Amino acid sequence: MIGVFICQCGTNISATVDTGKVAQAAAAMRGVADAESIQYACSDPGQAAIAAAIRHKRLDRVVIGACSPRMHEATFRRALDRAGLNPFMLEMVNIREHCSWIHSDVDQATEKAAGLVRKGIARVRHHLPLSAGKTAAVRRALVVGGGIAGIQAALDIAAAGIPVTLVEKSPTIGGNMARLDKTFPTLDCSSCILTPLMVEVKQHENIELMVNSEVDDVHGHVGNFEVDIRRKATCVDEKKCSGCMICQEKCPAKAPDDFNAGMGQSKAISVASPQAVPLVASLRKEHCRRFSGGKCRVCQKLCPAGAVDYGQQDEVVRQSFGAVVAATGYGFYDWTGAYPTYGMGLYPDVITSLQYERLLSASGPTGGHIRRPSDGAEPRQVVFISCIGSRDESVGRPQCCSVGCMYIAKQAILTKEHIPDSQSYIFYIDMRAGGKNYEEFARRAQTRYGTLYIRGRVGKIFPRWGKLVVMGTDTLVGDQVEIEADLVVLATGLTASDGAGGLARKFNISCDENGFMAEGHPKLKPVEAEAAGVFLAGACQGPKDIPATVAQAGAAAAKVIGLLSRGELETSPMVAAVSQSKCSGCFKCRDVCPFGAIEDERPAAGRTAARVLASLCRGCGICSAACPPGVISLSGYTDKQLLAEVVAALR
Amino acid sequence: MPRETLKIVGFLCNWCSYAGADMAGMARMRQPDSLRIIRVPCSGRVDPLLVLKAFQEGADGVLVSGCHPGDCHYGNGNYFARRRLELLKRMLPVLGIDPGRFHYTWVSASEGARWARLVEEFTGQVERVQEAQPNLKIQSRIP
Repeated sequence: MIGVFICQCGTNISATVDTGKVAQAAAAMRGVADAESIQYACSDPGQAAIAAAIRHKRLDRVVIGACSPRMHEATFRRALDRAGLNPFMLEMVNIREHCSWIHSDVDQATEKAAGLVRKGIARVRHHLPLSAGKTAAVRRALVVGGGIAGIQAALDIAAAGIPVTLVEKSPTIGGNMARLDKTFPTLDCSSCILTPLMVEVKQHENIELMVNSEVDDVHGHVGNFEVDIRRKATCVDEKKCSGCMICQEKCPAKAPDDFNAGMGQSKAISVASPQAVPLVASLRKEHCRRFSGGKCRVCQKLCPAGAVDYGQQDEVVRQSFGAVVAATGYGFYDWTGAYPTYGMGLYPDVITSLQYERLLSASGPTGGHIRRPSDGAEPRQVVFISCIGSRDESVGRPQCCSVGCMYIAKQAILTKEHIPDSQSYIFYIDMRAGGKNYEEFARRAQTRYGTLYIRGRVGKIFPRWGKLVVMGTDTLVGDQVEIEADLVVLATGLTASDGAGGLARKFNISCDENGFMAEGHPKLKPVEAEAAGVFLAGACQGPKDIPATVAQAGAAAAKVIGLLSRGELETSPMVAAVSQSKCSGCFKCRDVCPFGAIEDERPAAGRTAARVLASLCRGCGICSAACPPGVISLSGYTDKQLLAEVVAALR
Repeated sequence: MPRETLKIVGFLCNWCSYAGADMAGMARMRQPDSLRIIRVPCSGRVDPLLVLKAFQEGADGVLVSGCHPGDCHYGNGNYFARRRLELLKRMLPVLGIDPGRFHYTWVSASEGARWARLVEEFTGQVERVQEAQPNLKIQSRIP
């Protein structure tokens, strides 16, 4: 007794598919006891109607023609369960994403929908009741990335009493936020609000902090991810180092200052920043004299704690986790190759907004005094250019960085506060100030701080008598503009961070065309990745500002807590099974199984047969395609079901 | 044969290509109505015999799509699919089926536009094969 329910989805489906006709066609099929069209099948009355039909018409199988099963299969399975039917006796037919939304001709779409439903009915006849098992979940979470997103997620998860391992690839946590001077729109000092959280992470009893570490390899799945974490050798024993910085002071080898975005110089052995957490030195071998063939042992000789160990090796630690939060943040667009008319990085006074941020910061290379890189002079005329590597089709980057308009307004305000007789110009495309109090803040940059906003792009920058000439267009006036600037700041767009793609691959997170990690559903699953048990926090999912990042990190933490609080997880019953009496014992299935879920068994003397370990099987079905006699079958996707679907699809 | 009456069966993996087709739907990308999609957990589940069964039942074309190499939800299912389906593709002429009727490819969950383009292109390809060799199609149905 099959029940068929065709959802109208308001007009989403009914506008192009005549749902009444589809239900009529379904009613004529063998075994169909009830076929009706419902306005919103997923709504409360819709689910109630389905439940009532199950009870009154004694349905034992249900076909629902509606949206994608990826959207509401779980919803309708629960509805079946409540109505007393095995939840796996459901077949969903996608007549929205795969039909009504992609066709415009009503007759054709209706015919196709009827065909899809026919295919679903043919398939549901072969459904068997299945029951979900339970498996223990490891009560420990992994957070990858130690920026504000990772910090917030780790603190929130740890606050619920769940142990967390926070893995950060650089020598300190804090991420990009730690490099910012002040934050819009309140102008509170970035490190003043961030540093206490960083320290809390270090001190929290439920958080294990691993810096200079990266995820090497991942096995397992939700509830039990086995992760190899590589602690990179830094030649400094983290437990012994007190962060006194004597080594950094005395080290003779200069090295670029990563924390200051290349402004200023650091040493081969250094503490990342004075606020670094943990406050521990690390040595970069590529810049060290000892490792480039010299005999220098200055740091080791002078270290009062005896923490320097040149022989330190990478160490791989394996840990198990029930859930994972990816919080790998963002990087900045490398503009130097793409904008040849801006000097390709050859003019020292054309810098990026992050570099300018370091000039503004009291912990930066200039101690918070704005000095331009070429001659150390204080700039009077500062030009900001927005949308470098964002909203620019000509360099293949159409998306908006979402924070550029605001951070330039902030930098213009701070410029005026640092140098009262300075003048800032901002070349912009559109002002995007959508957040709370953002518009007022950007307006203030113009009214109170006298920033001149010029709507248009800059065509060329070239040096002339110690200044940089910025040539652009003012599209509101329709005229050419030429400004003699002392310093030019490029508001570079946000990209996915280096290595995010590699991590995404390890955890089966899909990435969008811009390299950002893709959420499970753009509206309803904004923090869940496609892979179960993996969650996204912050700018790794897409460019966003600090409040949105913190909110998303909290949401990801709530999801992790929800997942791990019960201690056990429901497992999918859609696993493979072997019909042992027909198994020839060739074990091709074992060769192809990615999860080692197949073992050999001796069902009778003198013969071996394969057996599936249901707890390890993830339901991919690779084995059932490989089995020569075809006796290993995947519940929910058996040969019978798929063949019935193929045959019905072509009737 | 007009394209409205073409019947193409698509086997799509749940994690990438089926989601990509959903994405194309969400973006309301118009596509030919020739395709009937069958959801499978992984392209590695697609037994070549399923493809042949579809041809035997009168499919004008068969499309298999999985996650991009390296992105398989289960690790390596699409590599098995690639081996099996490439072999199948080379076998098709022996069976009297124009290999132009069969295509296997990779579409990720975020490639909605690519999916819509693929359906359009493959339908066009099948249409051309159909016009050139209308009688070579296997029409017998074995119950």
